[in-house]
Amino acid sequence: MSTFINGLMRLRRGPWEMVASILIAVGVVMLMQPFALGIYTYSFIVTLVGTVMFIIVSHFPE
Amino acid sequence: MTASPIEKIAVKTPQQVARKIKGLSDRTIAWIFVAPTIFLLLAVNIFPLIWTIRLSFTNYRVNRPNRDVEWVGLRNYERILNDPDIWNTMQATAHFLIWTIVLQVLIGFTLAYLINKKFKGNDLWTTIIVFPMMLSPAVVGNFWTFLYQPQIGLFNYVVTFFTGGDPASFSMIGDVHLAPWAIVIADTWMWTPFVMLICLAGLRSIPDSIYEAAECDRASKWRQFWTITIPMALPFLMLAVLFRGIENFKMFDLVVQLTGGGPGNTTTLTSIDLKREAFEKWRTGYSSAYAVILFVTVFGLASIYVKALNKVKER
Repeated sequence: MSTFINGLMRLRRGPWEMVASILIAVGVVMLMQPFALGIYTYSFIVTLVGTVMFIIVSHFPE
Repeated sequence: MTASPIEKIAVKTPQQVARKIKGLSDRTIAWIFVAPTIFLLLAVNIFPLIWTIRLSFTNYRVNRPNRDVEWVGLRNYERILNDPDIWNTMQATAHFLIWTIVLQVLIGFTLAYLINKKFKGNDLWTTIIVFPMMLSPAVVGNFWTFLYQPQIGLFNYVVTFFTGGDPASFSMIGDVHLAPWAIVIADTWMWTPFVMLICLAGLRSIPDSIYEAAECDRASKWRQFWTITIPMALPFLMLAVLFRGIENFKMFDLVVQLTGGGPGNTTTLTSIDLKREAFEKWRTGYSSAYAVILFVTVFGLASIYVKALNKVKER
């Protein structure tokens, strides 16, 4: 866990890609879940943030 | 000594052109060759994408070209993301996507595993299994519409042969609970061979020597399957899931032919809904926002999937 946080602090690609991937996955689940319309409403912004973050952090050093 | 084809071309090049080319660097020549492709890519992919994003912030309607186009900001996105009908469409798409992928991967991998065993008529069976994939989705849609007919369809007779009851007692494409499964079954029938072919390529790429070494170590067949076959075929399986996932997210033709999105809206997938908004209701700005939402979703999913695929390949 400390390695992960350390990687985040030092702007390393691995942990940041992990955060972006989790955001995208959560966004897609929010988009397609059948439980609450309110969750669906905020799905796109979560996916968009994750996708843009993924594009940016994939240029970070290893 | 005969001249090579390159030398022949060089001789035939007019002196003026040859003199001009001689003055160009390798980098410039490379750019001259690549430029048409880049131009086409920009014109066919990038420009429409940017234009769609721009339209998504307007109330533009393509059937009223003379009307003033208003900048509406995020209103289209707001309406889509608060619309319960589109939310239902997303759920229908999720149902279709998840079940088709699960079934196609399970059946496709099993078929590939069986076909990979050397037996008589192996090639003939491969051809027969691959046959549905070669058909047009329109033909498959028509074909399964007949199969699902409650009175004359073969599907109902086969089901009631095992379960008992009257074949005309249920309609696969007329029942709100069964119609989502009807499209899953038809798509699985059509595209399982594709997954099978990819898995077969993966299984055939595993060298026999690894299995022979495992045999020497007295590893059981079950253990060989879980520690050799599955890990080595995993990148191919993931590739199949990626291809089918993206394809099924934009599934249109087969479902339109089979159910037309009905009964009600139970089989209206996002691509069908998007087409209705864009080319039946002519809400171009609104449908552009819808398309952008779908694009970001598929792009995001594909990004993390490709990353996972690369990790598996590195192992």
